[in-house]
Amino acid sequence: MERIPILSMGEFLLVTIQVDMHDRLATVLKDDLANRISETGARGVLIDISGLDVVDSFLARMLGSIAQMARVMDAETALVGMQPSVAITLVEMGVVMSRVRTALNMEKGMALIRLRMAEEGTDEGPEQ
Amino acid sequence: MRVLSSEILPVRQESDLVSVRQLVRERAKGLGFGILDLTKVLTSASELGRNTLLHAGGGTMLLETLEDEMRRGLRMSFEDQGPGIEDVSLAMTDGYTTNGGMGLGLSGSKRLMHEFEISTRVGGGTRVTVTQWT
Repeated sequence: MERIPILSMGEFLLVTIQVDMHDRLATVLKDDLANRISETGARGVLIDISGLDVVDSFLARMLGSIAQMARVMDAETALVGMQPSVAITLVEMGVVMSRVRTALNMEKGMALIRLRMAEEGTDEGPEQ
Repeated sequence: MRVLSSEILPVRQESDLVSVRQLVRERAKGLGFGILDLTKVLTSASELGRNTLLHAGGGTMLLETLEDEMRRGLRMSFEDQGPGIEDVSLAMTDGYTTNGGMGLGLSGSKRLMHEFEISTRVGGGTRVTVTQWT
């Protein structure tokens, strides 16, 4: 079956969605990511959607659901590279992606996740 | 107004949504749509196509390219023989859903597209037609 590749890099998992996606492919990606987070202990998931000229409400919901699932597994998700036309369209449609962090590119996405991890480290400060 | 081309695509299974988006992408590019309008028609096609699949178990999309004195346009008609919509204004409400989705397919498409028309009858199917002009 067709699958979207997931690359492991240090504490991050990297996913690049380059082609228009079948609904089921998005569902499979979610399952695959859950398994990979569990296997690798990754703390961050970066999903690059710069190659997509359409993100409909189904995919938006699925991406939010991936972020929520990753959060439960102690990993932060950043959605990176959303095209301006996609961002405008989502907002105009009324799609709210409150559960998922976004960044302009992979580098900024990694910085965002590292910052978040550092903040969490500080929260646990007194005992350490 | 003149119809330049007219094509019918099946919307019977999930994978048809990919074909629908692909054809809409090609025609919209051919008409000279900019990236924002391209994304809007693709998103609307995806939302309405999914509605056809989920609520009626499938149907068809009629895709037409149009031309008048001033501009060119793309018209998409999603038609099914499903159960129809009992309360159209309720179905058009942001966030109203009967399938666990976001409930933005119809209302969102109406906002994204220049023209939006829905005709439905309980037990007699539904047709949603949207048009975007260059």
